[in-house]
Amino acid sequence: MSAAALASRWQPGGLSQRATLLAALAVLLALACLLSLGAGSVAIPPGGVLAILLSSAGLPVASEAAPAQVGVLLAIRLPRTVLGALAGAGLGVSGALLQGLFRNPLVDPGLIGVSSGAALAAAAVLVLGDAAAGALPEALRLFGLPLAAFAGGLAAVAMVHRLASVGGRTSIAGLLLSGIAVNSLAGAATGLLLFVASDAQVRSVTFWNLGSLGGATWPAVAVVAPLLLFALLAAPRLARALNLFLLGEAEAGHLGVEVERLKRRGIALAALAVGASVALTGVIGFVGLVVPHLVRLIGGPDHRAVLPGAALLGAALLLVADVVARTAAAPAEIPIGVITALLGAPFLLWLLRRRTFWGPV
Amino acid sequence: MATVAAGVASGGAWPARAGVLSVLLLLVPLATPARAAERIVSVGGTVTEIVYALGAGDALVGADTSSVYPPEAEKLPKVGYQRTLSAEGVLSLSPTLILITPESGPPAAIEQLRGTGARVVPIPTGTDVEAARAAIRAVATTLDRQARGEDLVKALEADVEQARALAAASSSHPRVLFVYARGAGMAMVSGKGTAADEMIRLAGAVNAVNDYEGFRPLTAEGVVAAAPDVVLVPSRGLDSLGGKAGLLAQPGMSLTPAARAERVVAMDDLYLLGFGPRTGQALADLARALHQQQRGDIGVDSGVRRDAPLWFAAIQSGASRRTPDRSKAVATNAGAAR
Repeated sequence: MSAAALASRWQPGGLSQRATLLAALAVLLALACLLSLGAGSVAIPPGGVLAILLSSAGLPVASEAAPAQVGVLLAIRLPRTVLGALAGAGLGVSGALLQGLFRNPLVDPGLIGVSSGAALAAAAVLVLGDAAAGALPEALRLFGLPLAAFAGGLAAVAMVHRLASVGGRTSIAGLLLSGIAVNSLAGAATGLLLFVASDAQVRSVTFWNLGSLGGATWPAVAVVAPLLLFALLAAPRLARALNLFLLGEAEAGHLGVEVERLKRRGIALAALAVGASVALTGVIGFVGLVVPHLVRLIGGPDHRAVLPGAALLGAALLLVADVVARTAAAPAEIPIGVITALLGAPFLLWLLRRRTFWGPV
Repeated sequence: MATVAAGVASGGAWPARAGVLSVLLLLVPLATPARAAERIVSVGGTVTEIVYALGAGDALVGADTSSVYPPEAEKLPKVGYQRTLSAEGVLSLSPTLILITPESGPPAAIEQLRGTGARVVPIPTGTDVEAARAAIRAVATTLDRQARGEDLVKALEADVEQARALAAASSSHPRVLFVYARGAGMAMVSGKGTAADEMIRLAGAVNAVNDYEGFRPLTAEGVVAAAPDVVLVPSRGLDSLGGKAGLLAQPGMSLTPAARAERVVAMDDLYLLGFGPRTGQALADLARALHQQQRGDIGVDSGVRRDAPLWFAAIQSGASRRTPDRSKAVATNAGAAR
């Protein structure tokens, strides 16, 4: 989009337009949270949800809920909703950060290697872990997979970044190409693991690559929440610099943006957010790629709106997708990666069609 | 703990009357013996089969997707694939007892189930006859039906003995290739240390593949090198390959002795590889099929086994597509006549 178009979009609406958009998305997220807490294969009436939450918060509310309902809500659904919101927000904001940095709308958080690195580490644990499991303490067995996935994701990003940097300068084209190379390498190594895996292990790896919020327990959520919150709160601070970056790397530099620092921070935040969420949920596609587009289609390309907007919408989309994933085939669960695309893709197409009828985007 | 489950039952089924019902249901478990109120979710086809064989099928309220035998098991609510269980999904069935296998997961879901008060009991399952005995005894102890469990173990041992005798009486040692098919181009071959390897060995035959552990994709040259006399397939896998003709048309297969003699044995996979109460019978069936085929005999017996335990006969008389596929094994035998 040209600078002139940017300017014309920024001037008339200004702050109020942005505030309206973000407020609307926040309301959407709140509704998605309520839906996520209220829906599931164990039926809890909406009043019951509220009563359980309030009484467990220490308020003097009479709760008629059965102990099992309380258990399901507080030990299963609440951590799951928190994880879903944080992971969705992390994926959305990472997509927006990277699409801004690469100035390319086709960029997915996976491009910098974080997903494939995490997937490789996860596959290694799933395929080779059974043999090593006996030697490990119980706690490590429970958290071995997420820890390995997080470390694998960050290691892959570090490798991509290192390969694309010469003399303290990181080239965007280099990032893109080394990202592609590292992704293929990780994919090949995962394929090699699948070759030696048993049928059941192959199936586990496949399911991990389609994602699930089923791993949400309070201890696990408590570990990733600070990481994700940090990334979510820090990302919007890059908005102004990313707006200038849209004009071009050299232009942004002339306008006073420290481009190398911007690139480093953007990539680090995206890697942190995606790595932390992928570690617990497995690979969830679509959200990081498409949610920033949705926000831009609705509210324009200003990163001051796109970054927080993508976080809010990503969270809402992932929560709604999770509700469908857990209720459509209850008491079994559909992998959430299937649902995010199933819900999101038609919505994106609808938005695109509407825009083309009304004129250029 | 039993009261916990009753509460969910009321919430799950009739939310509108949840208040009244939960009060009523909360009282029930206190007044009746624990076992009468047992609600079991069983994970793993073999475990579910054992629960039915012990006569506790009525207490089952849910099972995983691998629980396909006896036919009643397929009517149970399905909690999904055993490695991707959903804690809330399982709990929505308000179980008091959850039977799992070493395969069950993910660990976080198992951990959550343990935290809810329902009894989570791991059943040791494995890939040899000893594992079948251990699994039967573990389930029997958990359900407090030890006597019935010992009967099952005795029946299993008798069946295994009979199969051993059959195998010993035969002078042939056919080379058997086990092909685990998941559709054309997706076939895997069982190497050493697999369930199929153990069954083939116990049936007095030789696994045609003995140079690697576990499963490998089927390759044309690998098949030719293995030179099997008989190809053994799970019957559902055979369907996905387009039947016997489709299997024998796989790359390399046409150059094997098995293809030239059209020797294919198809058996239900849970029956053949489950290592549960029916393993002895499966073994006898397998030994018969392999050695008869070797001699070029045509399938001789059909219908319900005279020496089968009563519960087995009763279930088999209500035959469905997933009863242990004797008919199919016999049919392919007939087709193998030269």
